[in-house]
This record gives sequence, C-alpha cells and structure tokens, in this order.
Amino acid sequence: MPKAQREQGHARVFDLGQQSLRELNQALHNLAPGSNETAWEVLNPKGSHSVAVGVDQPVSIDVRGSVGYYCAGMNDGAAITVHGSAGPGVGENMMSGSIVVKGDASQYAGATGRGGLLVIEGNASSRCGISMKGIDIVVHGNIGHMSAFMAQSGNLVVLGDAGDALGDSIYEARLFVRGKVESLGADCIAKEMRPEHIELLQGLLDRAGITGVKPSEFKRYGSARKLYNFNIDNADAY
Amino acid sequence: MAYHNPPTTPRRSATFDDYTLSEIRRAAATGIYDIRGGGAKRKVPHFDDLLFLGASISRYPLEGYRERCDTNVVLGSRHAKKPIELKIPITIAGMSFGSLSGPAKEALGRGATLSGTSTTTGDGGMTEEERGHSKTLVYQYLPSRYGMNPRDLRRADAIEVVVGQGAKPGGGGMLLGQKISDRVAEMRTLPKGIDQRSASRHPDWTGPDDLEIKILELREITDWEKPIYVKVGGARPYYDTALAVKAGADVVVVDGMQGGTAATQEVFIENVGQPTLACIRPAVQALQDLGMHRKVQLIVSGGIRNGADVAKALALGVDAVSIGTAALVALGDNDPRWEADYNALGTTAGAYDDWHEGKDPAGITTQDPELMKRVDPIAAGRRLANYLKVMTLEAQTIARACGKNSLHNLEPEDLVSLTIEAAAMAGVPLAGTNWIPGKNGF
Repeated sequence: MPKAQREQGHARVFDLGQQSLRELNQALHNLAPGSNETAWEVLNPKGSHSVAVGVDQPVSIDVRGSVGYYCAGMNDGAAITVHGSAGPGVGENMMSGSIVVKGDASQYAGATGRGGLLVIEGNASSRCGISMKGIDIVVHGNIGHMSAFMAQSGNLVVLGDAGDALGDSIYEARLFVRGKVESLGADCIAKEMRPEHIELLQGLLDRAGITGVKPSEFKRYGSARKLYNFNIDNADAY
Repeated sequence: MAYHNPPTTPRRSATFDDYTLSEIRRAAATGIYDIRGGGAKRKVPHFDDLLFLGASISRYPLEGYRERCDTNVVLGSRHAKKPIELKIPITIAGMSFGSLSGPAKEALGRGATLSGTSTTTGDGGMTEEERGHSKTLVYQYLPSRYGMNPRDLRRADAIEVVVGQGAKPGGGGMLLGQKISDRVAEMRTLPKGIDQRSASRHPDWTGPDDLEIKILELREITDWEKPIYVKVGGARPYYDTALAVKAGADVVVVDGMQGGTAATQEVFIENVGQPTLACIRPAVQALQDLGMHRKVQLIVSGGIRNGADVAKALALGVDAVSIGTAALVALGDNDPRWEADYNALGTTAGAYDDWHEGKDPAGITTQDPELMKRVDPIAAGRRLANYLKVMTLEAQTIARACGKNSLHNLEPEDLVSLTIEAAAMAGVPLAGTNWIPGKNGF
C-alpha cells in the first residue's frame, strides 16, 4: 500500500498528489453494498477533474481542497464534501445523496441533477441548476445569469441574489430567492408563497444546516406555464 | 378565314412549384412553420452519383458465393477496455423511445441482435424493451439528458455523446404534447401533455475543451470500459471530426443532411447541413491528417439504403454506416398496407412524415396503444434482420467484384463519379477521366 494511502482515523485516505484519479474512482466503484469502508478522504485534489464521480454507495467523502470540473458527477447516494471551491458542473446529474461545497462553485452547478441535495456555501456562477430534473440546490451566496434555464423539477434556494434570465423556459421546478433577481427569463414569474411552500423551504433550509434565516424572507418563482404548448401568438416570448 | 391564336399550355413556375405554393398557403392560414419528422427530401448529390469499377485485368475479382469477404468491424479500440465487435458494418442509429413506440424499439433490438449489430437509444433514455433485446446497445448522452442515469450508463455497451444530428445541426427538437404519454412524461421528467422542447446544446459544457473533460468524466464513471462515440451533424465535418478526436473520442459519427429526425422545422431539415456524400471525404481527411484513420473509427449515416451505399461509404474510408429511416421502413413504416389510413391523414404511404403527431398508422412513431399493436416486434425484428442481411450480401457482392476479401478493403480507387459535383465531394474521378475536381483541397 502506498505511503499516502494510510489510515487516518477511520477514513480511507487517497492522496491525489501520489495516486491517480483512476485509482481513486475505481476504488470507490469497487465498493460493494454493505462495505464497512464508509469514510473516505481525498487529499491534494489541486483542481483535478472528475473527482469521486459515479459513486453509488452511501459513503462519506471529504475532499480536502479545490476541485476542477464535474466533481461528484452522477453521485448516487454518497455524502461528498468539498473543503474548497468547485469547478464547472459540480454534482452534474446527481441521482441521490448530498454534496456540500464549502467554497464557491463555477458554472452549471447541479446541471441536470435528478435527486439529492447540493449545498454551495459560497457563490455559484452562471447556469446554476441548468436543466435540473429533481435535484434540490441551496446556495448561501449569489448565483449568476441563466440559472435554472429549462429547469424541469426540483428546488433551487438562493440566499443571495440571482443574475439575469433566472428560470428561462422553466417547467415545474421551484425557485426561492432571498435577494434581488436581476431579471426573469421567458415564462418565469414571481409566485405566491403559500403555506406548503413555506414548509418546503423551511425543510430545505434545515437540511442545508442553515439557521437564522426565515422562509418568509424569500420570494418564490416558477413557470407561468404559458409556453408549455407552442402557440404562434406567443412567438415574441422566445 | 379568321386566324385564331392557338391556346398555349399553362406553364407552372419552377420556383413557385405546387409544393411551394401549398406551403405558402399553409403558412398564411396557420401562422406557423411546418414541423415534421424524417430527413431532407430534396435531391442532393448522393451515393447514386458514384459507380464501382469492377475488376477485369488490372484488378482480380473474387468468386461470389465461394471466396470469403469479411464484414466484421471493431469499434472503440482507441481507449475502451471493452471495444465492440459487430458482425456487420451497419448499425441502427439512435431513435428515441417516445418518438418510437415500445414494440418498435423492441423490434429494432431483435433485428439488430439477429444480425450481430448494435442499436442506439435516443432522446428518451434506455428502455427495457431495447436493453432486453439488444445484445449490443449504444446509450446516447444528449443535450436534453432525458432518462440519463449512471446505472444505465453502466448497462450500456458504448456511449454516444450526441452533439448534433444531420437533419438539424445546431437545432433542438419539438415533440408535440400528444406524444407525451404517462410513460414518456415520467422518463423525461415532464408534465404529461406539454410540448417537449429539447435542447440544442449540452447544458454543462460550452466548447471542445469542455467536451474533452466531459468525456473524461464519462470514462471515469464507467471505468474506461465503454467506447465513447461523438456524433455530429454533417456541417463542418473536417473540423468537427478533428475536435472530436482531440477530445478523446473512440468513434466519430457524422450524420449527413439526409439523416432523419423526430420533429423539426421543414425549412431547417431542408436547408441546414451538408449531404452525407459531401461529409465523408473531409471527415476521413481529418482522421488521416491526425494519423488516426482506422484508429478512431468513423461511422457515417444519413440516407443509407442498400448494400451499394454501404460499400461506397466504406470505400471512401468510413468504418461503418448507420441507418435510421431505412430501418423504420424495414419494420413497416409507410407501408402501403395502411394506405387508407395514410389517406385519412391527408398523405400517402411513402410520404408520411408527421411522426411527431403520434398518429402513425404503422404503429411505429406513436404512443397510441391501439396503433402500436400493429407492430409485432418478433415479425418486425425478423424483417429488419432480413433487410440487414440483404444489404450486407449486396455490399459483399460488390466488394468481391472489386477483388476485396473484406468490405474494409474497398478504397476510393474502386470508385468513379457520374457528376462533377459528386466527384468533387467524394474526391473520386469523374467517370472516363482521371480528373478529381478540387484534388488539392476538399
């Protein structure tokens, strides 16, 4: 066993300064259901792409540093924490489990995600939650333009501000923004916060470990559903 | 005696022909462009414009029915731990569940498996009908990401990253609400009955460098086992092929403008992209310039109909072809037996292309439970297998006549062109000459 692959507490440790990305992901994929290797630690990611992608067991993975593209892509059940910032596409197409980014996230965070919870403790760049399909995303800071473009389902919670064209061509996803929204995209409108939305949002804040923030401080946005079936009279909206 | 002017024959405009006039009237009445399925219907230079030079003295033919002519092909040998080996170099192109009925997808799987070749999923994700009946299944990774999940990625035999398709390079799609059944809605995470507006670009990457990293991610998720195809619409085949290779593709798929689609604007289908014939030479040239010809395999699709088309494509340097529309016809689409039903829809067998409306009398491009009963997946699969067998035999017959003991030994030297246009596009001489227009370029 390489020196870096040593036991640290109860966690199995991978040092990407000494071991390859392939070895890390293969070891994670080799996990059998019920394995007692439930805690993993990844050292020296140094912006590596595709760290801990395709994990399908309920293990916890702590990545100590910043990562490049697609960290935790297609995660299915793991609890992954990035103790740094994440590059584009963190948690893309996540199925279930959780991802926490302690720093900022680049473009397309949570793109096409289908389930699970993605928490970004810093800011997220443009296209956050693009084409989301059931994922829950909570961003402590701000998000960039074109976020939740073509979002189909799931929930996006933003404690800060949102950029231009929020929720353009949105389907059934729910967007909750506490700060200001630069502009709304096609077919996206502000909606009433009914009791069920307050309850839903409180649950999301609780799951994201956020305290001292009330659901009543947020506005809800969603689809006007005017563009669900093509009508030539709506052509100017596109 | 009075002189009478003889009546003149009414003359119709070549520019404003009957179809154009009807389209203007339809646009004026409805205020919306025509959306349809299928590929380009206009006549463009095609494989029919090429001819093979059989062997005589300068070349030595092989005996038909006696001497062997291999047809197998290996795809994905560049990086994948588990490349695909197919018995024939004819694959089934991606056609989605949703666009096609479940029985039609099952029939494609059955027919392809009987023939030793692969099927490809499409925009709606992977279905049990297709996975269960396709020995080799290519799983498409599309801009819409409908039905995408890591479990199915790992159940696939190859992954095809779809960047574009021949009928609509750069375009998305519009599947009208009537085809969004409960099952289709669930697979695509859409409310039932709404129009499905599929994306024209991948949401989580924006260029060739991102594509390279995306391919790395897909390889990591699947432990570098699966071949990764990259499919592009035939628009800029030289550069798109080169960039796909640079991004790490094991296989490049170039789909010409005769390639089909489920639902796109007629004006787009007919006016965007290049003919399949025009796409092959630049794509092959890109691979040759990079020293990757035959190392990264090239699949070409769009209007492949018979063994001669297969042989001509292979002679120009491709490793395999893919069929979509032809496969649907083999299953029974546009069959004259349903002529009365086609007439009721205002069309005729052979011209029906409103596949997106979900009313296909043949039961193939529909989600209507009653119509889809018209497809017997076992019998239709058998018909597809017969058709693939015929195409392969036809290609072998031509290859043997050219003296080749493998379809892959066919070469441009075996071809001439009937027209200057096709000669220039394919990079083969005009028949009776040694002239290749634009020989120093492409």
